[in-house]
Amino acid sequence: MNAKGLGEAFERIGGVNILPLLLILVALPLIGSLPTWLTLTVAGLGMGMMIFLMASGLSLVFGLMDVLNFGHSAFISFGAFIATSVLVLLAGWLGAESVVLNFLALFAAIAAATAFGLVAGWAFERVIISPVYGDHLRQILITIGALIVSEQLVLLIWGGVPISVPRPAVLEGSFIFGDVSIEVYRTFAFVLGLVVFAALYLVLNRTRLGLLIRAGVENREMVEALGFKINRLFIGVFMVGSALAALGGAMWAGYKGVISGELGGEVLILVFIVVIIGGLGSIEGSLLGALLVGLLGNYVAFLFPKLSLASNMILMLAILLWRPWGLRPAVRH
Amino acid sequence: MSEHVLRLDDVHTDIAQYRILHGVSLNVDRGGIHVLLGRNGAGKSTTLRTIMGILTARSGAITFAGHDITRRHTSDIARLGVAYVPENMGIFGGLTVEENMKLAVAEPGFDPDRLAMIYTLFPAMKTFWTEPAGTLSGGQKQMLAISRAIIEKRELILVDEPTKGLAPAIVDAMIDAFRDIGTQTTILLVEQNFHFASALGTNVSVIEDGRIVHDGTMAALAADPDLQTRLLSLSMAETA
Repeated sequence: MNAKGLGEAFERIGGVNILPLLLILVALPLIGSLPTWLTLTVAGLGMGMMIFLMASGLSLVFGLMDVLNFGHSAFISFGAFIATSVLVLLAGWLGAESVVLNFLALFAAIAAATAFGLVAGWAFERVIISPVYGDHLRQILITIGALIVSEQLVLLIWGGVPISVPRPAVLEGSFIFGDVSIEVYRTFAFVLGLVVFAALYLVLNRTRLGLLIRAGVENREMVEALGFKINRLFIGVFMVGSALAALGGAMWAGYKGVISGELGGEVLILVFIVVIIGGLGSIEGSLLGALLVGLLGNYVAFLFPKLSLASNMILMLAILLWRPWGLRPAVRH
Repeated sequence: MSEHVLRLDDVHTDIAQYRILHGVSLNVDRGGIHVLLGRNGAGKSTTLRTIMGILTARSGAITFAGHDITRRHTSDIARLGVAYVPENMGIFGGLTVEENMKLAVAEPGFDPDRLAMIYTLFPAMKTFWTEPAGTLSGGQKQMLAISRAIIEKRELILVDEPTKGLAPAIVDAMIDAFRDIGTQTTILLVEQNFHFASALGTNVSVIEDGRIVHDGTMAALAADPDLQTRLLSLSMAETA
């Protein structure tokens, strides 16, 4: 079979959509042990979904508004710290006695982080982003400035000492099936990410609002010429994007267990890699990119620990050499 | 006043530091097709973009159906009843033909009579209704762009070079379609193809270096080769 036939066969079985599955299958013989492979795979999927939460907002903001928002990680940090503070406050509800209280505390933490993301996203767009539409250089300068200010705010409010994140008892520990151990928390993160993806997908593909957003990603001027105010759409998308970042930050905090002020900056690199791999402006792309990064990160850390730092960069390099616009860009070039 | 659906009065428009329009004055009668002719870079597209509010005039006034739209937002101008078919057609390639059309109506749901009219004018729209618009040919994309402009009642349609890059057979089909549409609304048509323009236009204005240098009927211009040569230069006369 020649290269062209191979390419066609690849497209027929699903194209780029099957890359995470391929990666999972390739990893099995390399790892050798079925239980280890299962554990690593679920861990990778859970991690990938948390990164997806953080990346999807950035990708939409990037694709629709053409805004490079380095301040995105500020929402991740604040989301993490606010959720942690709520959990600390409700520490009495986190014990093993009541599943209902566990989930109430968890819900409160997630709701607080998300609500903060919505409100702060609105203020951020109005004050910081709206004066610099269409000017990438100023966007980079002002959003990095805002990032520095917000990192200092985190220090001011929560101090420089790392804080340990209490987890509800229901999310502690692992499911054990024979030799296979699967972390409850990562399973929860995976399911939550899947729900968010499904919701985003339905809004984008089944509603008039989503139609406007997808059209706006391609050609803002024409959306306005058809009689729609794209600025209102921008604010809405920016708020949702920021809320998703905060939600992702909250989940990431629980996953790390201990958080410090550098959290946002650390994840931002992963998030940017995912957005670039996936293709700008597409949540399907973000999902694919995030799952690949999550899975590869876990497999490589186990197989070739020394390579784990570089693995994401190598993945990005390889994908961009193959598909310079990313796996599933919203706008075909 | 009311016989003109659109009036431009001494409109000056800049793009960045460049002055493109140096006082365009233009009256477009209600009904029929008004053609704006001119060489590359004369300011034809800039005139349309200024009317649509995508560019804002530095000075001068633009009146549409009694409304001063000089400083209005593009989306407001669209809602007042102006449709715009840009030179690049402005098709959303990732969306289906149907989804492109959905965005062209203010409230969900199509007027069945208008949809039937579009299907008659452009049968390809029906054939490719559920296909991604990005897979259409150039001519079909142009048909979609025009369909979007006529799916709702508009007082005025601005069309920027609809024949650019189209095969001659499709240009002739477009002439029939525009003739039909021109009986129902007003079209301000920017064109370089004199064959197309002269087949359709009732009135014509010629723009040169950011100013209107000629106003008249298309019949008079079409009948006067000397005037064509003088106004439109050799390159335009050759295509006539």
